[in-house]
Amino acid sequence: MNQDPRLGTDAILVSSLRFAYPPLAPDAPAPWIIDGLDLHVRAGEWLAVMGASDAGKTTLCLLLAGLAPYLTGGQMEGRIVVAGRNTHDHPPPALAGTVGLLFQEAEAQLFNPTVEAEVAWGLENLGLPVGEIKARVEQMLALFRLEQVRQRAPAELSGGEQKRLALASVLAMRPQVLILDEPMGGLDPAGRSEVLAALSDLRQDGSTTIVMTESDPEAVAAFANRLLILGEGQAALEGPPRDLFCQTERLAALGVAIPQMVRLADQLNRRLGTSFTFSNVDQAGRALAVHLA
Amino acid sequence: MPDAILEAAGLWFWYGEGAPVVRDVSLVIESGQFVALVGANGSGKTTLIKHFNGLLRPRRGQVRVAGQDAAGRSMGELARQVGYLFQRPEQQIFSPTVRQELAFGPRNLGLPQADIDARVEAALARFRLVAVAGQPPAILSYGLRRRVTLASLAAMDPPVLILDEPTVGLDARGLEETFGWLANLHAQGRTVLLVTHDMSLAAEHAGRVVVLGQGQVIADGPPAQLFQRSDLLARAALAPPPITALAQALHPHGLRGDSVTVEAFCDEYVALVQAQSPLGPVSDRARSPRSGI
Repeated sequence: MNQDPRLGTDAILVSSLRFAYPPLAPDAPAPWIIDGLDLHVRAGEWLAVMGASDAGKTTLCLLLAGLAPYLTGGQMEGRIVVAGRNTHDHPPPALAGTVGLLFQEAEAQLFNPTVEAEVAWGLENLGLPVGEIKARVEQMLALFRLEQVRQRAPAELSGGEQKRLALASVLAMRPQVLILDEPMGGLDPAGRSEVLAALSDLRQDGSTTIVMTESDPEAVAAFANRLLILGEGQAALEGPPRDLFCQTERLAALGVAIPQMVRLADQLNRRLGTSFTFSNVDQAGRALAVHLA
Repeated sequence: MPDAILEAAGLWFWYGEGAPVVRDVSLVIESGQFVALVGANGSGKTTLIKHFNGLLRPRRGQVRVAGQDAAGRSMGELARQVGYLFQRPEQQIFSPTVRQELAFGPRNLGLPQADIDARVEAALARFRLVAVAGQPPAILSYGLRRRVTLASLAAMDPPVLILDEPTVGLDARGLEETFGWLANLHAQGRTVLLVTHDMSLAAEHAGRVVVLGQGQVIADGPPAQLFQRSDLLARAALAPPPITALAQALHPHGLRGDSVTVEAFCDEYVALVQAQSPLGPVSDRARSPRSGI
């Protein structure tokens, strides 16, 4: 098994990773979707992953959760260790409860007859005591504003409600590592704030590591403490969001949107000769208040 | 006077025996308008717009498209007038290849083969799908499938376009292309009805914002007006764009607080700084002989 000395501090350790889906036909090409990726994520870190539509973001999520190549097939080189477990030796059932994945198409992972049953399902499979299951279900329904619809069928819910339900079901299992593929897609602003607030609470206690793909730069600028930008299956840029968002031309080439506040800083600097570097509303408010005073 | 192209009059809808989802909505959208329809998840946005292309029929009230009652017209007939983009790509993709998917709509319009081919090729090029034209849409990434559905709509080229959250899953380049395309169509006189949670997009592109709350229209007007009303936004689970939040935060420092785009904010901010400057406007200084010092 694994003797890597860094396992104690790294929640996720990816080295020399390459992955290709199986070809469509025997003689069809099977391009590397992930093509030489190294990544360390420390326990308790919140890593945002951005990149163009076909940069490999979803594939990376599936790999980290152990679903690729286990369920997808395909060819993998290199090594992925999540919460101390090598995904090569641990099939998805052995990772359940340790690694949680929210699918981009969240409704694809809902199949129970009621909202309540959906949240309880994973917990029942972990074999938790009934009292514990009930308590966690109540906590999650309250956290994600789902109490009113607890008896409804997941299929009848709105898109945003389905997203919240899927997230509640994953979070109820209290995974050490949480992989979220566009968790805010389709959510209204109030729902987005709720999801971000719930995730922030998780991070506060320091025991949950979050990897989140996200196309909305505002959410990344406000909350993530590290940003990885994928380009052609590799780490094109990596660092604190505030530093990366300043590289506006590079980001445009990589297909990544920049926050409104970065655009604002850019335009003000050009017109006033200032050197603002803010990337979210709080930072901008402070900087401009000082400038106007 | 502009013609009403989409009208709902006293419209009610409920699913099965459930509670009403759309409650007595009366709304007129004029030909050539670019309207953003916003509101919380579950507020009835998708249910409302599905009436305009016959996917749903009113329980009570009336829907008119281009002045004609929609009740007597089939979905196929309405599709000539109204193009519809579903919230989730998999709800509308079913052809074995991307190229066939794009040809489906124009073929149903009864166009000659040469016209169909021309429209399909143009749409493939516009949405960067030429390389995957022969592939099955189902295996493409979410963002690519989203572009396939947008390209299908472009190939139909209808007078009215209804888009249910088209931005989810699009990267920066996809967003720019999509909104460039929509702005172009709007300039040519097409009508656009956009369902979105992105208030920045609504502010930048739509001249009119309609807010739904619990199945009713609770506000209707230009974005700059609506985004000032924090009580209303809170009721509708919405938040103003970051730039408006910043403008409001800086109100005590002399800003009006009503900017809804980065450009509007910059203009006001630069004017304010120049007015405060003892040397007068920067442009004057630039022209003065001492400007080089």
